[in-house]
Amino acid sequence: MSEPTRRSVLKTGVFFACCGISHVRLARAQSSPVEALPVKEITGGVFAFAGRPEMMAANNEGEICNVSFIIGDEAVAVIDSGGSVAEGRQLVAAIRARTDKPIRYLINTHMHPDHIFGNAAFGETGAIVVGHHNLPRALTARGDYYLQSYRDAMGSELMADIRIIPPTKLITGEEQLDLGNRKLTLKAWKTAHTDNDLTIFDEQSGTFFTGDLCFIEHLPTMDGSLLGWIAQLEELKGIKATFAVPGHGPVPSAWPQALGQEQRYFDALARDIRKAIADGVPMAEAVKTAAESERNNWRLFDEYNVRNATAAFAELEWE
Amino acid sequence: MTIKPIRLRSRVVAFVILALVGAAMPFAASAQSASVPDTKTWDGLKGDVFGQKPIGDAGGIITIDAPKRAEDAAIVPIDLHFKTDAATGRIKAVTLIVDENPSPVAAVFQFGKDAGVTHLATRLRVNAYSYVRAIAETEDGKLHMTQTFVKASGGCSAPAMKNQDESLASLGKMKLRVFTAKTPGNEPMTRATEMQLMIRHPNNSGLQMDQVTRYYIPAHFIQGLTVSQGDRLIMSMEGGISISEDPNFRFEFDAKPGEDVKVEAADTEGKKFQDEWPLESSSL
Ligand SMILES: [Zn+2]
Ligand SMILES: [Zn+2]
Repeated sequence: MSEPTRRSVLKTGVFFACCGISHVRLARAQSSPVEALPVKEITGGVFAFAGRPEMMAANNEGEICNVSFIIGDEAVAVIDSGGSVAEGRQLVAAIRARTDKPIRYLINTHMHPDHIFGNAAFGETGAIVVGHHNLPRALTARGDYYLQSYRDAMGSELMADIRIIPPTKLITGEEQLDLGNRKLTLKAWKTAHTDNDLTIFDEQSGTFFTGDLCFIEHLPTMDGSLLGWIAQLEELKGIKATFAVPGHGPVPSAWPQALGQEQRYFDALARDIRKAIADGVPMAEAVKTAAESERNNWRLFDEYNVRNATAAFAELEWE
Repeated sequence: MTIKPIRLRSRVVAFVILALVGAAMPFAASAQSASVPDTKTWDGLKGDVFGQKPIGDAGGIITIDAPKRAEDAAIVPIDLHFKTDAATGRIKAVTLIVDENPSPVAAVFQFGKDAGVTHLATRLRVNAYSYVRAIAETEDGKLHMTQTFVKASGGCSAPAMKNQDESLASLGKMKLRVFTAKTPGNEPMTRATEMQLMIRHPNNSGLQMDQVTRYYIPAHFIQGLTVSQGDRLIMSMEGGISISEDPNFRFEFDAKPGEDVKVEAADTEGKKFQDEWPLESSSL
């Protein structure tokens, strides 16, 4: 047995430093009043803001996903904090423009930066951060990478306040939260969009908050399991909701029709990739043409399709 | 050919802790913002890997293909082709390096004497804008290098596991595919056979904190692999964490009809995996 060489050490280096320890800066003094996020009341006590179908960038302050809040008799629950602390603060301002009730819960639907980068804005509200039981693990593995990799697109000013804040209340299976005569049913799903997808159902209004399990217009992104996502579409459709707030797309959207677009894309992607694998086409070639028939149906197709195809290829090879 | 002894886990842990305390990991930041590829990292790295040995240009002996943009930072396909002549002799070993990764040496492959490997494809994690380079050592002892520049896609495409539970649940499961000459897109083959070996393994990068114990989970990856046919070594690999989750190798070699293909692998936790497949002459 040989002693470990410098070379062996070079192979066991470390990908991610732990999250949250770097670049912590005190929040800016909030002397100037923060503008409220232009949310709309989609039904009694349920407010949502529709993000833009774009990549996160300095000029959109990361406001690309849908964020929402629900007001009960006693308290407020927020669903996703947005893609920057700036957006998160505007969301807090939008809530405060409508109610003085305490913000009891900040629910993160999953790990992606557009949904969690605003968490630090809720630090002073005392909200309990709620997430899928896999979310802390996912953020540990990715947090520092996210903080680094968005710096170019978002700019250092927006990034300065952003911190990775993992949930402290973890959801396994199904669990209810009560806002005072208003019960929310949270459900932790098996791996689909990510391995930490959480949905929220508001019984009172019949509103279903899908997180990124539902994409409309914005091409779905694959960061979990294509097969897992497809396999859970039927169960998703079975949720007896009046309408949905998707992770990306129009607010509100008809349910379960909201799932139609992504289902068609998944089918095309899986079909093309399966054929390539069967024909022995290497991954690098196959991903160039997979799901090409879907190009004109989506925004951000060029930004995400090859990546989705790559992940799908690696997964479907094991079938 | 046996698999190298398992390196002590405590060393891995020690290194992880060292890295944390030092906090001087070559991280994405500097490379990420640079738009012009510079070779500073490599200049500092090559002595550590190859000592004072001169490294020449590949000149077609080895070529590398990779996408210009790493669409999925966790799965970047890399393609190597080998073309040697009588003067240099065959390629004995290939070292695959991702300059800007915290673990630059992705893998070192050794090839059997009469294996006739002409093509090898695998998948890497690429952490940042980085050169990916392959250095071949020929029988005459010379080193030949080729490289390509890969831009990490940035954004939410992290070089991390997508489905950690699944990965662990089927740990060590292997799959071998043989591509027949009739496969569209492939040139007709004579003796050379193309194969693809897949191993289920998280190839975990480490430094993920266990949320209950608050201790860092050590890296867990395939560190040794051999592929042989009959008594003949086809290739072996000494690997690191820059190889993607579910390590995947597609390669072309001189197959001998009727002899079994055998694969042995070992990971950093001392687990050994092996499997064997008959190679029918009809598939050649
Ligand atoms: Zn999203
Ligand atoms: Zn997402």
